[in-house]
Amino acid sequence: MNELILARWQFGITTVYHFLFVPLTLGLSILVAIMETIYVRTGNETYKKMAKFWGKLFLINFAMGVVTGIVQEFQFGMNWSEYSRFVGDIFGAPLAVEALAAFFLESTFIGLWIFGWDRLSKKLHAITIWLVAFATNLSAFWILTANSFMQNPVGYVLKNNRAEMTDFFALLSNPHVWYQFPHTVLSGFCTAAFFVMGISAYHLIRKNHPDFFTKSFKIALTFGIISVILVAGIGHAQGQYLTEAQPMKMAAAEALWESADPAPLALVAAIDQDNQTNTFSLEIPGLLSFLTYNQFKGEVLGIKEIQAQYEATYGPGNYIPPVAPVFWSFRLMVGAGILMILLAFYGLYAVKTGKLSSQTFYLKIMLLAIALPYLANISGWMVAEIGRQPWIVQGLMTVEAGISPNVSAGALLTTLVGFTLIYGVLAVVDLYLLGKYAKLGPEEVPWEKRIQPKGEVSLWT
Amino acid sequence: MDLNVLWFVLVTILFIGFFFLEGFDYGVGILLPFLGKNDTERRMIINSIGPFWDGNEVWMLTAGGAMFAAFPNWYATMFSGFYLALFLMLAALIVRGVAFEFRSKDPKPTWRKAWDWAIFGGSFIPALLWGVAITNLLQGLPIGVNMEYTGTFWTLLSPYTLVGGLTGLLFFILHGAIFLTLKIQGPLKERAHRVALKANGIAIPSLLLLVILSYFKTDLFTKMGAGLALIIAAITLISTYGLLRSGKFGLAFFTSGLNIVFATLAIFWGLFPRVMVSSLNPDWNLTIYNASSSPYTLKVMTIVALTLVPVVLAYQAWTYWVFRKRITGDQHLEY
Ligand code: HDD
Ligand code: HEM
Ligand code: HEM
Repeated sequence: MNELILARWQFGITTVYHFLFVPLTLGLSILVAIMETIYVRTGNETYKKMAKFWGKLFLINFAMGVVTGIVQEFQFGMNWSEYSRFVGDIFGAPLAVEALAAFFLESTFIGLWIFGWDRLSKKLHAITIWLVAFATNLSAFWILTANSFMQNPVGYVLKNNRAEMTDFFALLSNPHVWYQFPHTVLSGFCTAAFFVMGISAYHLIRKNHPDFFTKSFKIALTFGIISVILVAGIGHAQGQYLTEAQPMKMAAAEALWESADPAPLALVAAIDQDNQTNTFSLEIPGLLSFLTYNQFKGEVLGIKEIQAQYEATYGPGNYIPPVAPVFWSFRLMVGAGILMILLAFYGLYAVKTGKLSSQTFYLKIMLLAIALPYLANISGWMVAEIGRQPWIVQGLMTVEAGISPNVSAGALLTTLVGFTLIYGVLAVVDLYLLGKYAKLGPEEVPWEKRIQPKGEVSLWT
Repeated sequence: MDLNVLWFVLVTILFIGFFFLEGFDYGVGILLPFLGKNDTERRMIINSIGPFWDGNEVWMLTAGGAMFAAFPNWYATMFSGFYLALFLMLAALIVRGVAFEFRSKDPKPTWRKAWDWAIFGGSFIPALLWGVAITNLLQGLPIGVNMEYTGTFWTLLSPYTLVGGLTGLLFFILHGAIFLTLKIQGPLKERAHRVALKANGIAIPSLLLLVILSYFKTDLFTKMGAGLALIIAAITLISTYGLLRSGKFGLAFFTSGLNIVFATLAIFWGLFPRVMVSSLNPDWNLTIYNASSSPYTLKVMTIVALTLVPVVLAYQAWTYWVFRKRITGDQHLEY
């Protein structure tokens, strides 16, 4: 039991941490590719500077994404060996394909992009960053295919005490992944858009390089406004889909204990998990039915009824996830999404009327708004993963059964503390560097001056 | 050849590719603080592997992924069994990876020193641990009836596996030093040459010791092929020394590469058809049959791997071609 809690914390911490860097990579690789393409097309040096400036921030973030990803690759074997034995036949495949198809591509071409500015032709150089962008988004597809199997197992048969793959294409066409993948990738695009807009806003307030940052802002705004609308739209469709595929998760996300027709939407609720009720809630009548069925009637199943169904199917047990974290995470994500949409549209208005650089208040807000997509990303995963509890693979295996039986609590605690310390220190360093280079702006300082340390760096002489 | 055998071969190839490629960038990382006498030289050393190290590391990730997909029980037993050792390695790789990117982002000498040491440690630890890990697979570990490892971290350290680790470490240092002689101009090149000779000098007795211990501690020599591979490894290692003496760096890099290839091959050949040996009971060995995925999964993965691997090889080779020029101190080093 103790081991279980430690292992979950370790998985949660390391994965959420990995996912702090992933979304920015997904989106910023594309934005940098767009900037560099404009440079190649027009020959305008501003866009080259732009690709380099944002590219530097991209790389600092990318490095963190890569090293935290290495941990992910081995964690399943380390802490979840029973799980790995049970689903390895299916789950290992997308992971291996991800490495073969995506990681090789991304890691090779990022090297070419970083060191290739004066060795490759302009066009070829722009192609390398497009390949990086393609590969990072491809990697998201494969890992989400794996995750989607855990949410909605398909294409398998239970044989030899494990789940064996019967249809690889069923894995690829899992409806779950076709909501999850676009939603996640687009959330990455939003993250990059708000990142670029926020940092541009910082410089526009200070009137640094107004031309450069207005242009950056506009590119990011165009990219962001499309992405944020799509992410919300797909999220809505995803919610409807999940009401059928993982009804318990959505009922928890709405803290709906009793089935209802028409079902109300709770804006806020005081949730009492032990007594399976809400002691207080502020509701809009019929809205949940509307969100689910596009009309103000229709029954939405409540947690208690689903629990009874699951007991009938899977035997006695508690199949209710922790409701409050799922409920509040969901509100945080959707709330952040709505705010982002409003901010993006206001930005569009400000740009169209040519007033962007004088809107100091709005620009200040945009600087703070960099946090919004991060909040939405984390809370989105909380909904997806905590809402799946107690299952590690929905309907097939519980989290409890998936843990490594031979890893002691002491070993787990050591690594948990170890990862947390390393990640904590790196977070500080990463923020320091991102802040430093974001503030520096696009000036091209001759490299000899910029990088030479004042004292000699020497260890042995 | 059935698919289980084919996948064992593929995993072996991935490990060979990983040790061959990442071998030299571990070596370069280990040598960084010792060979680079000033900041520019250090930057040159880092740039010699700058465009490659991440791509090389993916060989390891792919080997891990392939084990998971083709031999889930191997993946599960090995990584839960090597728990703390693996954590050490991951910690090292995390620090190493960011160090390459972060090192030159601030000119403070303490900052750079710290990251240089991170590159050193981050390269040293995995370079040592991989040798320990694969010799452990062969020597045998306390694996119980249900495929669970029952030992501790200390079980992994025995005279045989420590010699295995040390030998691997020396191979990588040698390989890295020769790589530097090929990529770098000037006094650094001379220093790398001297270090290569030294590392080679120590690696030869270390390998001989490993050969002798393998004879007593494992059943490696009951297999003709494995024994032969080990002997070829020894011959290539000795010829590397000769080639280095006469300054034939290109050839020396080639033979030192072959040395790594054949040494790895020997271990995996010795293992086959087992993937992990149980020291408790031979019936509890993990083999390519009882550890494997279903035939269907193996078939799917075979198709995927056979299409993608050649493509990967092609573009990785192209990268080495693009960055074939030597690095000198007066060129643009920062990006
Ligand atoms: C490939 C599978 C996979 C993927 C892509 C993710 N997860 Fe996950 N997650 C799991 C597989 C998993 C799991 C192995 O199934 C865990 C471990 C313990 C558990 O309850 O489920 C889990 C747990 C877990 C928990 C703890 C939940 C709990 O214990 O109640 C959190 C907070 C996250 N995950 C968050 C994330 C985030 C932020 C991800 C984005 C990268 C993510 N997960 C991707
Ligand atoms: C728990 C499952 C996961 C595993 C095993 C995993 C594994 C990895 C590994 C090994 C790397 C480093 C690759 C390199 O060396 O270049 C990496 C990076 C990356 N991963 Fe993950 N990952 C996981 C979750 C995710 C998710 C859910 C996404 C996106 C939706 C994602 C997207 C990426 C991206 C875009 C990168 C590129 C580098 C960066 O993050 O900045 N990963 N991952
Ligand atoms: C505004 C309306 C939004 C709705 C209705 C919505 C809906 C959802 C739903 C239902 C899930 C759970 C999926 C599952 O359990 O498999 C989810 C997950 C997630 N959401 Fe949202 N979302 C919205 C906005 C956003 C925004 C703005 C972001 C980030 C910028 C975001 C990021 C995520 C992420 C990263 C996940 C986890 C991955 C996944 O399961 O797809 N969401 N979202």
